[in-house]
Amino acid sequence: MSLETENSENVPPLEIHDLTVAYRNKPVLWGIDLVAPAGKLIGIVGPNGAGKSTLIKACMGLLPCSSGWVTAFGRPVTQSLKRVGYVPQRESVDWDFPVSVMDVVLMGRYGRIGLFKRPSPEDRRIARECLEQVQMLPFADRQISNLSGGQQQRVFLARALAQESDLYFMDEPFTGVDAATESAIIALLQGLRSRGKTILVVHHDLPTARTYFDWLLLLNMRVVAFGPTEQVFTPELLQKTYGGRLTIMSEVAEAVRGQGTLT
Amino acid sequence: MTLIPEFQAHRVFVEPWTTELGSHGLMALVTFLVGATCGLIGNFLILRRMALVGDAISHSVLPGIALAFLITGSRGIGAMVLGAMVAAWLTHGLIELISRHSRLKQDAAIGIAFSTLFAIGVVLIAVFADKVDLDQDCVLNGELPMIPLEPSVQLGGWVLGPPPVLRLVGVLMVSLVLLVCFYKELLITSFDPGLAACLGIRVGVIHHGLMLWLSMVVVASFEAVGAILVIALLILPGATASLLTDRMIPRLAWTTVHAALSAISGMHLSVALDCSPAGATVVAGAGWFCVVWLFSPTEGLIPRAWRLRRGSVDSRLRSAELSHNSDLS
Repeated sequence: MSLETENSENVPPLEIHDLTVAYRNKPVLWGIDLVAPAGKLIGIVGPNGAGKSTLIKACMGLLPCSSGWVTAFGRPVTQSLKRVGYVPQRESVDWDFPVSVMDVVLMGRYGRIGLFKRPSPEDRRIARECLEQVQMLPFADRQISNLSGGQQQRVFLARALAQESDLYFMDEPFTGVDAATESAIIALLQGLRSRGKTILVVHHDLPTARTYFDWLLLLNMRVVAFGPTEQVFTPELLQKTYGGRLTIMSEVAEAVRGQGTLT
Repeated sequence: MTLIPEFQAHRVFVEPWTTELGSHGLMALVTFLVGATCGLIGNFLILRRMALVGDAISHSVLPGIALAFLITGSRGIGAMVLGAMVAAWLTHGLIELISRHSRLKQDAAIGIAFSTLFAIGVVLIAVFADKVDLDQDCVLNGELPMIPLEPSVQLGGWVLGPPPVLRLVGVLMVSLVLLVCFYKELLITSFDPGLAACLGIRVGVIHHGLMLWLSMVVVASFEAVGAILVIALLILPGATASLLTDRMIPRLAWTTVHAALSAISGMHLSVALDCSPAGATVVAGAGWFCVVWLFSPTEGLIPRAWRLRRGSVDSRLRSAELSHNSDLS
């Protein structure tokens, strides 16, 4: 037992080897190779169609891989699902679904409840705690269509917290949320990181990417760069990721200039 | 000659519950059992946007039982159920095959799959008319009025009722057990299949299990109401319930209430008009749907128009607007 825990500390939370994913024989991701360090908040950035969402879906086995493998904590992801949490894109579900906020958060516990059983009082206590952490406890009994975009995202986050995982994949959690929610989410993610969790976040806003994340994965079908933000967030690498897109480049120039004045 | 039979209150409202209880009362019980069973599973079809898959499967029952008859040469219920289930399975597989391995979307695939299988059924029955003693009308429209004529099953001196009624009670019980046992899994795979897979729930197994359950429900129901009206009973109760509540458990309860009201009012309608009880039940069910659509306190068209006219904005709209503003700020 002690050997196992010792091992699990050395084993990286996520390792991707030579991963290729194709839709209808058209490759979307090509030979992805990376080892994610533990206890880091990692941003995945890249242009539209770079395969950001595809990468995290493939990591969790939601999409078939043409080649390569993915392990979480040294085992195939399908065997360590209890340690992996997922926040899908907010638009991926039907918010008119007849469930309450509490029901949605409890879904995060389903993997631990087991067949034929109902959520226990302990599961409900954990769910309430998670709702409290995202300041959504007063909304617990609301039907989910009565929520704003930011509130919906907080509910999804509470559900991910209820999963009590060690590795999280989040697909654009900052899309369409208000400023207050955005800062609440980032504070929460930093809290998770300080407890040793590893979090991979698909993000599409470059200027904030630099301040939010410890590490960045620059992705455009292939891994352009993967490393600590201060080493990776450079004009050359960003240009290589985004190509010559002018609007993006001016954004980058601004962001890098901002970096200059800050340091 | 009048088009609509003369209205006789005593015959329409009292006799079905007294002297005619054994026939009309029993028919109402059958349509209730069918409506409740179909409605429960129908709720999940609606939530998964699979209402048309139910339609497809109910039509593919025809070639299934025709083939079962050709192979076994008997009209035994076991062979028919098995044949229908295989056909339902085949329809479902064909839909998936076409929509996955071609440019076509699921709706077009459904259109191809079920009409083809249905046509095969029609051809089979026509070609082997001398060997297949099957009444197409019966398969399409059911034989509800025949059910009370079947001899009742007796067990230890108790008269339990005709076999089709007992089968329907059995299927309803099995459905309730499945619902209670797999409620969690059905809910999460309908709401967020991605998360469900990530939690280690076998989304594919649940999906195929649901299809198997649906085939069983459809096969048990078509005997009573026919393959065409099953689709109405799959969708109407759940659709009506969805306009009355925004929670799952109350929705399932309202589904059952709708099935009961449709069965009873449909039975009275069929006595009054002297028409097919299955058809009358669906018409009554659609009538109840319209009543709810118009008058539901939360979702109804008229209460909503009334609130708007009185100048008070729908509370839901208002809260949405407020949160929208706070999103902007």
